[in-house]
Amino acid sequence: MNAKKFTTGLPLVLLLAALVFIVRELLGVTEILNYYWQLILDQSLIITTAAIGLSIIYGFAGQFSLGHAAFFGLGAYTAGLISKLLGHGNYAVFLLSLLAGAAVAGAVAFLIGLPILRLRSDYLGIATMGFGIIVKVLMDNSNKWIPATGGATGMTGVPQIAKFPVIFVVFLLAVLLFRNLRLSSFGRAWMAVREDEIAADAMGVDTTRTKTLAFVIGCALAGVAGALYAHRYPIVHPSSFDFLKSFDFLIIVVLGGLGSMSGTIATGISWVFLLEILRAVLGQNFLDFRGVIYALTLILVIILRPKGLLSGMEWQALIPREVPESGPSGSPSASPSAKGETPNVSA
Amino acid sequence: MRIPRIVAVVAIAVLLPAVVLSGCAGAKDKTTLRVGLITPLTGDVKTFGESTKNGFLLAMEQAGVTLDKGGKIGNVPVKLFIQDDRNDVTEGVNVATKLINENKVQAIIGSVTSKVTIPITKVTNDAKVIQITSTATNPKVTVEDGKRKPYAFRACFIDPFQGTVGAKFALDNLHAKTAAILYDQSNDYTIGLSNYFKDAFEKGGGKVLKMAAYATNDTDFSAVLTDIAKLKPDILYLPDYYQKVSLIGKQARARGIKAIFMGGDGWDSSELDFKVMDGGYFTNHYSPDDPRPIVQDFIKAYKAKYNAVPDALATLAYDATNMLISAVKQTQSNDVEKLREALSTMTFHAVSGDIKNDADGNPIKAAAILQIKDGKQVFVASVNP
Amino acid sequence: MIEAINQILNGLQLGLVYALIALGYTMVYGIIRLINFAHGDVFMVGAFVAFLSTVDWHLPFWVAVPLSMLVCAVLGVTIERLAYRPLRYAARIAALISAIGVSLLIEYGGSLKFVFGPNYRVVPQPFSIVQWNFAGISVSNIQLIVLVTVVILLAGLQYLVTRTRIGKAMRAVSFDHDAARLMGINVDAIISYTFALGSALAAAGGVLYSTAYPQINPFMGIMPGLKAFTAAVLGGIGNIPGAMLGALIMGQVDVLSAAYISSQLRDAIAFTILILVLLVKPSGLLGKSGPEKV
Repeated sequence: MNAKKFTTGLPLVLLLAALVFIVRELLGVTEILNYYWQLILDQSLIITTAAIGLSIIYGFAGQFSLGHAAFFGLGAYTAGLISKLLGHGNYAVFLLSLLAGAAVAGAVAFLIGLPILRLRSDYLGIATMGFGIIVKVLMDNSNKWIPATGGATGMTGVPQIAKFPVIFVVFLLAVLLFRNLRLSSFGRAWMAVREDEIAADAMGVDTTRTKTLAFVIGCALAGVAGALYAHRYPIVHPSSFDFLKSFDFLIIVVLGGLGSMSGTIATGISWVFLLEILRAVLGQNFLDFRGVIYALTLILVIILRPKGLLSGMEWQALIPREVPESGPSGSPSASPSAKGETPNVSA
Repeated sequence: MRIPRIVAVVAIAVLLPAVVLSGCAGAKDKTTLRVGLITPLTGDVKTFGESTKNGFLLAMEQAGVTLDKGGKIGNVPVKLFIQDDRNDVTEGVNVATKLINENKVQAIIGSVTSKVTIPITKVTNDAKVIQITSTATNPKVTVEDGKRKPYAFRACFIDPFQGTVGAKFALDNLHAKTAAILYDQSNDYTIGLSNYFKDAFEKGGGKVLKMAAYATNDTDFSAVLTDIAKLKPDILYLPDYYQKVSLIGKQARARGIKAIFMGGDGWDSSELDFKVMDGGYFTNHYSPDDPRPIVQDFIKAYKAKYNAVPDALATLAYDATNMLISAVKQTQSNDVEKLREALSTMTFHAVSGDIKNDADGNPIKAAAILQIKDGKQVFVASVNP
Repeated sequence: MIEAINQILNGLQLGLVYALIALGYTMVYGIIRLINFAHGDVFMVGAFVAFLSTVDWHLPFWVAVPLSMLVCAVLGVTIERLAYRPLRYAARIAALISAIGVSLLIEYGGSLKFVFGPNYRVVPQPFSIVQWNFAGISVSNIQLIVLVTVVILLAGLQYLVTRTRIGKAMRAVSFDHDAARLMGINVDAIISYTFALGSALAAAGGVLYSTAYPQINPFMGIMPGLKAFTAAVLGGIGNIPGAMLGALIMGQVDVLSAAYISSQLRDAIAFTILILVLLVKPSGLLGKSGPEKV
């Protein structure tokens, strides 16, 4: 166990983050990056934060969840309601609402995860998808129990106080959390479960706890991303959280590379921008072709490069190689700590 | 090498848009009036969108402005932009944001349905952009939570009036005593209209036997229609758009429901199933049988350009656009505040009737009652407020 | 009481249509252990082909239906060949993701303007609605046609699977691919045949559905597809009579929950059932639970 690896490369990461932040603020102030593209950048960070959650659940722990958008929505509604009814624009309440969004999403994930995570991979996918649909139906009817949610017509009136700084900070924290978990024994346990659950069980890994932890953390990240979304977008509408939206996150994780953090992050950010550029290029026909492009991308990637584009590749500053120790507990320097592997759940 | 590749990917992802955008930054012209049209050109109410676009373009052309080349109203240069909202809330908000921030419009005509228009008004009011909706009839477009949205206007009457007119017609002319209502739970338009109809119907001595909601994507109404068939109401009120109404109407008849169908301006489309809805009545904004010269002139001009008789959607879009054009002619400026002032105080002679706004920015206008008979819309009566 | 009978008849009509779709899911799962996500969209294509044949190409109804079944059979075989066969012996999730991709492709591809277009289309009635009333119980000719058609198709399928050689081959392949191969069965061909059959049935389901609920659009297959899949799981996935039973139950659940609980919660109830079945008895009502090999 080498604690040094947690700090290796960290200064570089933080330096890059600070640079990005400064550049973006400059671009914003000088209006080179206009309001619309600022919105797109913020959206891409929010989507990527949620995608990191799914990457933990599926890319690393191998649990195929198709209901991710539901947790995103739960976070959005929770945080939105708190800010709308109690906060009225108060920044401290807003920050609390972010925590609340994550907490509620995580709690629901825990409750639903307990029975569901024992299911085999494809059944788990269907069950989580069904759960997602149930949540959406509940959102549509939510105004019967809490009128302020607006039900199927959507919730408006959430103070739009999430700006780039807080979104970027949350995103950065998500990345660092992801990184540290990945380097820790939890990360190794996840990958063991992903590769072969029965073997991991035989090796003494508490598979139930491992899977549940991944699921809860991943969904909590989706929840906090949703909370930010509610404070950045003028309307929170149930149709934004249907299972088609879950496929968005899935595409980012699959395309970026299962088991690759850097892949998920790079793909998540680029994906939103690529779509917007596509919208500008295709114009009127954009909406139709966007769906076709999604679909073809997914099919081609899964057939030709099923591990995803960047799987196995990590930015070294983010995920340093295991530093070898002297002594019997050390692992040889060739240990593949920086590689990710495909999920290979037994048929 | 690994590091540069990942860094390069991220860097490109962030810098590319910036580069693209600095190229797109276009001329910052301070005097041009940029007008956007948001309308559902595709989706479940596409005939609404097409008609609205036609009315909009006709009005602009008569004022000397075309979509391709722009033009001038008086001495104010004008540029037009059109966006499709697919009758989808999220898409509507997206295209509105795009029009405001990318195309820098000062005024938007749109959208068509209340469900999409109401969220858009949030965006336009925050951004201080004028919005005139041609046909969104729900009160929340101009007033929400008791507060007037200063930049939102409309060219049509509102649903409290429309629902009441429908109820009164049912009670007085059709001598109905009982009614059942079916509405879409996610659509403010149907929710509002149903409530206003119900209130007026009951106040007039009628009884609403059942009021039930369905989800937007439902296609099977057998369960609730079987219920209603058992209750045998005189009227079945279906205040949704023509697509949904045709579907429900067909299943209703298959379940043995003999009630008279009634509805609102959402029925106004050539794609309504005239056979199934035969005998039904709906409230609307105008009728092509109206003999006033302003109406007949408009119909002639529309026929000449589009080879069709205009429906209420086209007419109201024409009126809404002309409201804006009139304000521009009056103020000779593209300044939003001046235009807003002009719109709030004008009395405008529209094809669909004189428009004078009340304190809430809602026009006080008459309604027409039309019947579906023998494959056509037939004018029955005109009701004044 | 009378009203309950009417509701049950409504549920029967819906359940029979679900049955046609559920059969395709169950057969494909039985033979290659894949949840064919795109199956609901084949159903949609069937409805559209029949619609285009009668409205745009002016073919008579009795030509349009077999045509749409044929087109969908070809479509099913093509999908299997291009998107599933390369992944047949890969991780199960890979094939599932591919199926999701195909489903999205058919939906969004179908909504392109030069294909089906994104708009709702109204399906003209091939015959007028006749409605009979027996002491308050109302039956329409649509319900009868659905019943007769499904029963005929089902009987045909049952005969095919149990009494013919090819049916025997299908059952063999669903048992064990390698053993079937050793017996001289062309596994690839049988799998293609299964897809063709399932897709043709889905097409028939699409036509019947659009007759009863005459509005079609490229996304119409999603919900019926998912509910039919729930039906297949409920009855025991891989089991043909199970799919039928599950579908009838799902039809009743769908309609009765709309009638007596809440029309807006009907989807939620359907999927709660799915989750409960998966958790409590994943092999379904008529299926047998086998041990999972390590």
